[in-house]
Amino acid sequence: MSRIIKNSVGMILLMTLILGIFYPLLVTGIAQIVFKSQANGSIIINDNRATGSHLIGQDFSLPQYFQGRPSVAGPGYDASASGGSNLGATNKELYKQVAEQENKIRTENSLAQDQNIPVDLLTASASGLDPHITPAAAYLQAKRVAVSRGVSVNKVNDIIAEHIEKRQFGLLGEPRVNVLKLNLALDRELS
Amino acid sequence: MKTIDIMQILFFLVVLSTLAIPLGRYMARVYMGEKGFLDRLMLPFEKLIYRICGVNETEEMGWRQYAGALLIFNLAGFLLLFILQLIQGVLPFNPQKMAAVKWDLALNTAISFMTNTNWQAYGGESTMSYFTQMTGMTVQNFVSAATGMAVAVALIRGLTRRNSKTLGNFWVDLTRSVTRILLPISFVLALVLVSQGVIQNLHPYQTVQTLEGKPQVLAMGPVASQEAIKELGTNGGGFMNANSAHPFENPTPLTNFLEMLAILVIPAALPFTFGHMSGDKRQGRAIFLAMLILFMAASGITYYNEAAGNPQLAIRGVTGPTAMEGKEVRFGIVNSALWSTVTTASSCGAVNSMHDSFTPLGGMIPLWLMMLGENVFGGVGSGLYGMLAFVIITIFIVGLMVGRTPEYLGKKIEAREMKMVTLAILIPAASILLGSATAAATPSGTASILNPGPHGLSEILYAFSSCTGNNGSAFAGLNANTLFYNLMLSAALLAGRFGVILPMLAVAGSMGAKSSIPAGAGTISTHNSMFVGLLIVTVIIVGALTFFPALALGPLLEQMIMLGG
Repeated sequence: MSRIIKNSVGMILLMTLILGIFYPLLVTGIAQIVFKSQANGSIIINDNRATGSHLIGQDFSLPQYFQGRPSVAGPGYDASASGGSNLGATNKELYKQVAEQENKIRTENSLAQDQNIPVDLLTASASGLDPHITPAAAYLQAKRVAVSRGVSVNKVNDIIAEHIEKRQFGLLGEPRVNVLKLNLALDRELS
Repeated sequence: MKTIDIMQILFFLVVLSTLAIPLGRYMARVYMGEKGFLDRLMLPFEKLIYRICGVNETEEMGWRQYAGALLIFNLAGFLLLFILQLIQGVLPFNPQKMAAVKWDLALNTAISFMTNTNWQAYGGESTMSYFTQMTGMTVQNFVSAATGMAVAVALIRGLTRRNSKTLGNFWVDLTRSVTRILLPISFVLALVLVSQGVIQNLHPYQTVQTLEGKPQVLAMGPVASQEAIKELGTNGGGFMNANSAHPFENPTPLTNFLEMLAILVIPAALPFTFGHMSGDKRQGRAIFLAMLILFMAASGITYYNEAAGNPQLAIRGVTGPTAMEGKEVRFGIVNSALWSTVTTASSCGAVNSMHDSFTPLGGMIPLWLMMLGENVFGGVGSGLYGMLAFVIITIFIVGLMVGRTPEYLGKKIEAREMKMVTLAILIPAASILLGSATAAATPSGTASILNPGPHGLSEILYAFSSCTGNNGSAFAGLNANTLFYNLMLSAALLAGRFGVILPMLAVAGSMGAKSSIPAGAGTISTHNSMFVGLLIVTVIIVGALTFFPALALGPLLEQMIMLGG
């Protein structure tokens, strides 16, 4: 028995050293040299300051910017408190939140009552930090953005088209638009 | 239902099967102690580990000794992780100044990671220091997986050795699982994940100014090194609260694909390992096929239901698939549905979407897969020894029907083995149903429910199934960080882990001691398509009979409510 205890204690301490210290630090070291930007969060530097991460969605409310999906991470897009709503499919609260979001989007974008809305704009993402919307959700907002920036809708639509990310290798995932990248492009090309 | 979606599922299955066969062969060689390409790098290293720990690597262990070493080692791991959480406030690598974890949460978390479950009643980025994540979570991710693999290998040896009192050496199986399989693959996978955008640093959380000038705090940390083993070891505990839905854990469709592969590749390879070690590859292939067919059915049903969506949202005038609550745009319906099946068919429990927000039937399949005991590929090691329990049950039932003494691999299956296998199936079932019933009947159990109606019962059922099955995914609306759930679920975690491991090691011990008898005219073949069919039916019948009443009151009822409006 005492030998098993000695084996066990030795083994767990040694494994902790190898797998808990050596392995993560080695990966960190290599990552910091070879993939420095990715390892540190794919941070975007704009006008000499960090404006966010390519991978993390942001809360947009000004009319000249495209908006992402509803977020329940903290008060919204809190990247230190990720999470989803966990509302079930028959929960009245879910229907209520979807209805509120629907009204908000109809008002902000001056949509007719019978115009359909892409579902990603009405539902909260799993992480609360989803950086993407569907291309349809971007085109839906083009008119509002164009009006508030005083440019033609076609111009905005062109920028959207340039920013549609295809399925990876033509197969994996879904076509999507990165909202932050799109908004940065608007500021760059239309100001 | 879209063609491109079906293609993504099929592509995944093709790549998985293609990788599983050579990996299975490689693992067989690792466990049989044959020469391998990592010898030069790892042999001296392993010898050093044995020497420091006082392990005699040539010693063979009987099943009781093997189980004893496993239990004491797991206990040591549990204690270390428990203490690490309690004192993390004074330990290094804690730039966010995370305070000590409360005792009941620390207890639940330590048991949860020791049992390869990674049930998380906490949000990672707001609770755990980098030091705890690295030296606690990451280490248990490796060694709990290696523990499961060791048990599977011991069982294979028991089934294939003749007149043998021993099952191998636990320390050697544990060490070689880490050095030859888990660590090399994790290392490569971690770096590939970083290249796609998974973070790997020790910086404090970074504050950025958003485009609209608001501050946003980005959680940081050594994520990729933990992410890799989290999937590969079918552990599933997220570095971040949102787990693999978080863009820093799973940024692109490619990382999503690789992470799904990592979850299932070892469990899918182990049947082939079994085939090689038993000297009859057909035996392994039959088990793999049964798993593959069950998996295809499960992922198909989940995908179908998620794609069909929620008619109550459809009437609001929306375009696109309606069931997008709790899903990420880059993964869409198909990769969320597929992942949910991957993670619950195995004992992983990592999520890339919120299962609580799935359609009732779409969420029922992950729940049901966990109730079956996660043997459709299953956890690393636990999947194979769980499925072998069902193989023995199947042989027994068929033997009864034709009036023959049941045999497997030339060995008689007798009363003792049947008792042990029955225990391995009954203990988890009892844990799920009795635990859920207790929670549903007490105020402290029902107070944690988020969603009203039958969905609330589903949340409780899911929690006990997930912990008993050592899965770790959740219908996360349930507030599980209460004294009641931390303790109740801790008990479920232990019952589901050791209530299966110990009986199956006992089976390994008693089967190993038997001599082999030549196959006769009445011997039931265990490698033809007839047997694959019988095995599938047995798994489904046992699962359906045991859990149908509970499922009827939860997800099935809710589906009717949803369709009825």
